[in-house]
Amino acid sequence: MDGILLRVTGLMAGYATPVAGPLTFELRRGEILGLAGPNGAGKSTLLKALWGGVKVFGGRVEKAPGLAISHQAQGFDDLRGVPLTGRELLALTGAAPAGLPPWLTERLDWRLDRLSGGQLQFLRLWACLAAPADIVLLDEPSNNLDRAGVDYLADWLGRAHADQGIVIVSHDPALIDRVCTRVIEVGVDKVVPVQ
Amino acid sequence: MSFELLFDPLFRVPFFTGLLLAGLLPLIGMYLRLRGEWLAALAFAQMASAGALLAMVLGWPMLAGGALAALLAALAKGIAAAAGANAYALMMLLAWGAGVLLVANHPLAEQAGHALFDGQLYFTGEGHLLAVGLVCAGAVPVLLRLNRPLLLARFFPEFHQARGLDARPRLMLFDLLAGVVIALATVSIGVMAAFALVFVPPLVAYRFGRSWRFGLGLAALIGMGGYSLAFALSLAFDQPFGPVCAVLLVALILLLGVKSDRL
Repeated sequence: MDGILLRVTGLMAGYATPVAGPLTFELRRGEILGLAGPNGAGKSTLLKALWGGVKVFGGRVEKAPGLAISHQAQGFDDLRGVPLTGRELLALTGAAPAGLPPWLTERLDWRLDRLSGGQLQFLRLWACLAAPADIVLLDEPSNNLDRAGVDYLADWLGRAHADQGIVIVSHDPALIDRVCTRVIEVGVDKVVPVQ
Repeated sequence: MSFELLFDPLFRVPFFTGLLLAGLLPLIGMYLRLRGEWLAALAFAQMASAGALLAMVLGWPMLAGGALAALLAALAKGIAAAAGANAYALMMLLAWGAGVLLVANHPLAEQAGHALFDGQLYFTGEGHLLAVGLVCAGAVPVLLRLNRPLLLARFFPEFHQARGLDARPRLMLFDLLAGVVIALATVSIGVMAAFALVFVPPLVAYRFGRSWRFGLGLAALIGMGGYSLAFALSLAFDQPFGPVCAVLLVALILLLGVKSDRL
């Protein structure tokens, strides 16, 4: 694949019937690709299709051999009553706590149901971001984050991640503009290179 | 009331058989609760009870009949995963109905049926202790290995598939393990005590556990402590063990004031 992590060609995806696509792109290490577009365009469905989470109706998804994908999905199970700490949650995906914002580091040994919605979302995001993986897929990562959380995420993503390719689905154009090296408008099939 | 019986060698084998189960059942219950499948424990216990009764009527070992029925229930649960709680309710009704019919139509089954329901632990023999000891020795390391896949399946259900891995064999292994342990418990300490030990200690541990690891330890301790006290009280007051164990554990919940929104 010549340094290419992922090659997607004419991807059509959906559930009972196709609801998203066609989508074509290549992803290399060090790139952060944004999937933008209006609600209902099928961005999340296409993201899931990259790892087999939904049915592929057409096109191809070619992956480099031995590729590990980490996917942060939208939404989260009801955590009330489960006695799991933040540290235990990160250990599940193999994510290192080093690099977490200080306001979370000091709460790592708290139960998850004692954290605020924003803190929990960031921790969950971190469990995917910092997990050992070649490709990280982020679905609306800024949802439920406060301003400080979004800024920290954008700063972290803005630093060089030469070993990984990252794909972000977001309805937040400010985040997309700030961190992505390329943007694809889903539903429009147009690639916008970011300077 | 006599506490002297507690020190009678006759009761040592039943006591230690139940004690091992009282440490293991709450651990199984922690994972069943994690998966929202605690009702499966009651279905497995009822199926094991009906299987043990059928085996007795056919002249087979009750332990084997109970374990086989619970294993079939675990397999059926895996196959009918989409049915969820409906599958457990159907299994319970099937086992309940079959058990009552066996008790009504076979004189020996009536006595055994009462023992399985009440938990006449004192009839537990060395064969039970050996089987429970072997299962515990195997189950604890298996549970340690299954801990991460089971937690990942709850909190990051896409984790394995996104990496091209299949988590289903490990989840199925847990189902089978739960089936075997609950079947053994059902024929050793009865349906009621087995279900109480799967259900109540995890309920308290989820409320008061500071972490998952702490919660596992707390659940096992509550199970073993509650069981030991119930054993002593049922012997001292000459009461059936199962109801004493169940009432004692529920009283613990009321005493601790576990809030309804945490149940």
